[in-house]
Amino acid sequence: MSKVKLTVNGKAVAVDVEDRTLLVHLLRDHLNLTGTHVGCDTSQCGACVVHMDGRAVKSCTMLAGQADGANVTTIEGIAKGDELHPMQAAFRDNHGLQCGYCTPGMIMSAIDIVQRHGGQLDEATVRHELEGNICRCTGYHNIVKAVLDAAGRMKVAQAAE
Amino acid sequence: MYQTIYHRASSVDEAASLFAKGSEAKFLAGGQTLLPVMKQRLAAPSDVIDLGKIKELIGIEASGDTLTIKAATPHYDVATSDTAKKAIPALAYLASLIGDPAVRYRGTIGGSLANNDPAADYPAATLALGATIKTNKRTIAADDYFKGLFSTALEDGEIITQVSFPVPAKAGYAKFPHPASRFALTGVFVAQTKSGEIRVAATGASQSGVMRVPAIEAALKANWSPSAIDSVSISASGLLSDIHGSSDYRANLVKVMAQRAVAAAA
Repeated sequence: MSKVKLTVNGKAVAVDVEDRTLLVHLLRDHLNLTGTHVGCDTSQCGACVVHMDGRAVKSCTMLAGQADGANVTTIEGIAKGDELHPMQAAFRDNHGLQCGYCTPGMIMSAIDIVQRHGGQLDEATVRHELEGNICRCTGYHNIVKAVLDAAGRMKVAQAAE
Repeated sequence: MYQTIYHRASSVDEAASLFAKGSEAKFLAGGQTLLPVMKQRLAAPSDVIDLGKIKELIGIEASGDTLTIKAATPHYDVATSDTAKKAIPALAYLASLIGDPAVRYRGTIGGSLANNDPAADYPAATLALGATIKTNKRTIAADDYFKGLFSTALEDGEIITQVSFPVPAKAGYAKFPHPASRFALTGVFVAQTKSGEIRVAATGASQSGVMRVPAIEAALKANWSPSAIDSVSISASGLLSDIHGSSDYRANLVKVMAQRAVAAAA
């Protein structure tokens, strides 16, 4: 057992876990943050994507110990109270989800894509950069629409700040 | 995953001494291969020694005619580094094709080379550019480093610290990715060194891992152009054959990817 100390959604936490614990299980089983999903458990589907120190990573492919000292943001940490993050709002408005299983990972990856590309996003880039996130329902069409829509909203939100 | 003990090393020396103390220790770099293998219970190290936070192992430097990438530098940093893009654009491009964005944030060049997956990208650039692999014990020339499927010249407990790439006159990389995993069904890196030597390396094709392609090197030596490769014949013998592509298909891909790499070379 080891004590892992990290910041999750702005809150400092310290958790005793077995050394073999994956970050996703620390989040889900120890902190009850079950918005982050385990889909394939083989690093391919991206349902487990969270942000660690500002980078979108697959939390099923990291030991909890590797996140010691890090700043982690999960799907639960992006809305401001009742106000959805622009990416969440865009997914809702564009019907970017059906069953919703992949959605937390899609949204966390999508925010990272927008942050990296700023206003330079086009459809081809979004499709290419979402290759680490698999959706079995939507055919991706509305997901891509939502990401492009959110890219515009995030730019406006940033300009307003 | 079986039980293991996680250690975070703060220096290369500390990592080496932790390794020596473990009964069956393994080094962890980005973990994008080792952790999936441990989850499948195909590996059960007694101790996992994390190299990912060792400051002396992270960074990209260019000096004179050499680009040096420290071993724990993630693919994303190489792909987006102005230094790397300026010195060897084909290498930065190669890094941008590895896995997916989340994998590129975590995976490292040292991890890729230590693992030597037969379909990994970095081995192709390392061999074609004639890079030098520096470890905590010695330096190893790329020509002496790759020893076949998942095997290298590294000794037990040896840690790659950095890889130095001679800046070429021209280089290019082209890969036909597996559509799901993004590993190379076949990828070819072509390089013309500043002394005029032509070196071509293919990954994803051979049963023994990354390989030089002498027939294409000879053709490009005579005439550096995609069409020079038209008449080259690549033998399918010894090439990988699986549900994704037969050995004949891969033999053809070696040619086609080499032609695309030459066309893209800068």
